[in-house]
Amino acid sequence: MKLSHPLLLVWVALMLLLVSTVVASQNLTGPFSLAVNLTIAFAKAALIYWFYMHLRQESGLARLAALAAGGWLAILFLFLSLDYVTR
Amino acid sequence: MAETPLAARPPYSEPRQQHDAAMMGMYLFLGSEIMLFGGIFAVAAVIRILHPADIVESSRALHYLIGALNTGVLLTSSFFVASAVEATKGGRRRAGATWLAAAAVAGLVFLVVKGYEYGAEYREGLLPLPGADTQFRTAPQHLFMNLYVLATGLHAIHLLIGIVLLSVLAPCLAFGKVRLPDRGILIIAAALYWHLVDVIWVFIYPVFYLAR
Repeated sequence: MKLSHPLLLVWVALMLLLVSTVVASQNLTGPFSLAVNLTIAFAKAALIYWFYMHLRQESGLARLAALAAGGWLAILFLFLSLDYVTR
Repeated sequence: MAETPLAARPPYSEPRQQHDAAMMGMYLFLGSEIMLFGGIFAVAAVIRILHPADIVESSRALHYLIGALNTGVLLTSSFFVASAVEATKGGRRRAGATWLAAAAVAGLVFLVVKGYEYGAEYREGLLPLPGADTQFRTAPQHLFMNLYVLATGLHAIHLLIGIVLLSVLAPCLAFGKVRLPDRGILIIAAALYWHLVDVIWVFIYPVFYLAR
């Protein structure tokens, strides 16, 4: 089993992000903690999508198809927050 | 090492088009999975906005280090699966099958750890299952734990499907039942599913275990 170095580097980055999210959650509180931890989660997801899920090699159309659901969710969360935050 | 020349099947005119169609179909299917879990995350967001103190208290009661361990296991399994795809693309059947099997084992490790964690939570009265003796201080905390069971349970079912998928594909790949390179897309599509299950956990972990 030959190790592929770019894939291994991505794994190292993912593990570092995991450690940082645990450390951040133990030292931060409130909305700032949530923001930092979600940012780290998005960074992990981006690494996985870009390198492990081949978005790096795919066409623009495939990238759009892969990320569209994220876009729809962003709209859902935007209007959901507008509702609940402004009550 | 290509075993057969890469040829497109009807209705596709060239291999690249066939590949693009397969990838797009899989990405769209995964999009439907994202929407499914997105609903759960939307509820999590609303109860966090309405009852921040209750949610933080509930989240603190969860075993965040066990969750971190399991996150590490899943991220590592994703690396195994990505390596399997790399090996498959290079025509290295045995290596590809070994990586797939390693990922399936990592998936099983995740489920065993999760089962142990559920057991601990059950004994601590945190798990709102039928017949369980639970003690929640407030209704939002009960709701948060309901959502936790729903999210992690649905995720575990997805992972189980992934384990079955990889366990079937690994011997097929090893013993030449998957014709390479043209049917290598099977391995790529299964890998995409596995990675998405990982990505979903990447969000479940901070939202449920790390709310502070």
